Amino acid sequence: MKGNEVLAEAAIRCGCDGYFGYPITPQSEVMETLMIREPWNETGMVVLQAESEVASINMVYGAAGTGKKIMTSSSSPGISLMAEGISYIAGAELPCLIINVQRGGPGLGTIQPSQADYFQSVKGGGHGDYKLIVLAPASVQEMNDFVDLAFELAFKYRNPAMILTDGAIGQMMEKVELSDYKPRWTQEEILEKSGNWATIGKPDTREQNVITSLELQSDKMEENNRRFQEKYRRMEADEVRYETVLCDDADYVFVAFGSSARVCMKAVEIAREKGLKVGLLRPITLYPFPQKVIMEMTPNVKGFLSVEMTAGQMVEDVKLSVYESGHHTHVEYFGRMGGIVPTPDEVVEALEEKFIR
Amino acid sequence: MELQEIIKPENLVYDKTRLLTDKLMHYCPGCSHGVVHKILAELIDEMGLQDKTIGVSPVGCAVFAYNYIDIDWQEAAHGRAPAVATGISRINPEKFVFTYQGDGDLASIGAAEIMHACNRGENILVVFINNGIYGMTGGQMAPTTLEGMVTATTPYGRNVERNGYPMRITELIAQLPGTSYVTRQTVHTAPAARKCKRALKKAIKNVLEKKGTSFVEVVSTCNSGWKLSPVKSNKWMEENMIPYYPLGDMKDSVKGEHSDN
Repeated sequence: MKGNEVLAEAAIRCGCDGYFGYPITPQSEVMETLMIREPWNETGMVVLQAESEVASINMVYGAAGTGKKIMTSSSSPGISLMAEGISYIAGAELPCLIINVQRGGPGLGTIQPSQADYFQSVKGGGHGDYKLIVLAPASVQEMNDFVDLAFELAFKYRNPAMILTDGAIGQMMEKVELSDYKPRWTQEEILEKSGNWATIGKPDTREQNVITSLELQSDKMEENNRRFQEKYRRMEADEVRYETVLCDDADYVFVAFGSSARVCMKAVEIAREKGLKVGLLRPITLYPFPQKVIMEMTPNVKGFLSVEMTAGQMVEDVKLSVYESGHHTHVEYFGRMGGIVPTPDEVVEALEEKFIR
Repeated sequence: MELQEIIKPENLVYDKTRLLTDKLMHYCPGCSHGVVHKILAELIDEMGLQDKTIGVSPVGCAVFAYNYIDIDWQEAAHGRAPAVATGISRINPEKFVFTYQGDGDLASIGAAEIMHACNRGENILVVFINNGIYGMTGGQMAPTTLEGMVTATTPYGRNVERNGYPMRITELIAQLPGTSYVTRQTVHTAPAARKCKRALKKAIKNVLEKKGTSFVEVVSTCNSGWKLSPVKSNKWMEENMIPYYPLGDMKDSVKGEHSDN
């Protein structure tokens, strides 16, 4: 199945209650698949085409206020339009899933794959100090698996989660094992999980539930920010996910996520054939970033090559991790931009040029 | 007769609205918001809707509406209340969802959201407070500011060549097949407030009966923004606002039916 179709299928199967979206290439198949599947007949899931990404993220904000599993998907320019809403959702501490099937930018850019929304996704993106939980699938199988995982983490932390993928994985066809169906939560389950904050109508027996990101009193607003930051520190301690390939004896380690990681898998093979001891670190959570893993590798590694479809964004986090380790391991970046996916040979060549020659 | 003999539950003629909270309202004296809040609180209580109502407050003076009416609320980004209400209502269609928006929120930054929510016929109530000015940010021009009206951003009066024309957005909304009841009211006199309450009750009934979007504009005063006393504001509104924004029902039909008037 196609990556984008799998996202839709996974949403239905994980008991998602609502999808609100707006068409944009290269991810329109997500909503198209949902509309063909008509999940409202099957599971009761609501699917609505909004008038804009601005509207769809605000529909998500409203719908997520009910304590149910709500999602949207878009691609880079659309995510920029959603930035305001995402900031509100983070500020109001609502769980939801936002999928970004990235394309090349800036501006209208191109419809070809890119990873240049890395900063936007992991550093915040909208206004204010907030973080999203960011998952980066590298296969169609992970497109399936991460939908359920993203909802699980979003509800665990009452925080928006993002799946950051790109046009290549969105359009790619691969074999996939779809998840089993999970029933949507019942109203009783929602009351138990989220009854103390969800806006579902106030009985006389409880106080008002008010969902807002507004607090005009600075001392209270700072308190809110402290609470958010504590939550982000907990995520950093408990939710880092990554994969390592042949890193145990590696002199050089590629750091790459998503499509770039797939390219690097092949590049590791080519480099090993050439007798170079090369491994791959693939961050699965981009936020929280696997900083500790890099810090631990640092004494044994001669160099890290951050391979990205950006002008060099994640490399900053790699450098920061090395800096935190107190070692002076060499860090370099290699990438392509504007919708170009690097070839494995290019990556190996970059490694040789930057570290070995 | 002793005073104590008179103070008995059976002699009660007026009481504080049950669903208005005890929080001190931040609205300026003479502002229409307080009256509209009270009407809404009365109706939600009288119609037994407290436990199924979710209000969506805007950005503007009414941003803190959630402090005053004792129901569940969600506070929306500027102009996005109709999208937020769409999300809530689509996911929990058995609930009663309403937005409460000012003219800047609804007719300027949120023009797209209100048009499309009304065009989809979302089963929500929209309460639209039109006082022709941005009150919260200090009295700047709104889309509904009258020609020649002085505001902080039109210090020499609204010039239509430069700023465009005052927008009658409610007339546009009435054209959309998704709306069932579209009306323009005021609350500046007791009879007007009673009439407005009847209109809001009808609007809420329509929403509960899933007839589509009901839209109630309340032409309002902003005495601090207009820099007039509350009494003079009422007079100014009657003489200037109401001729441009005539009162009455613009549409009263069920979803999908075409309105004759």
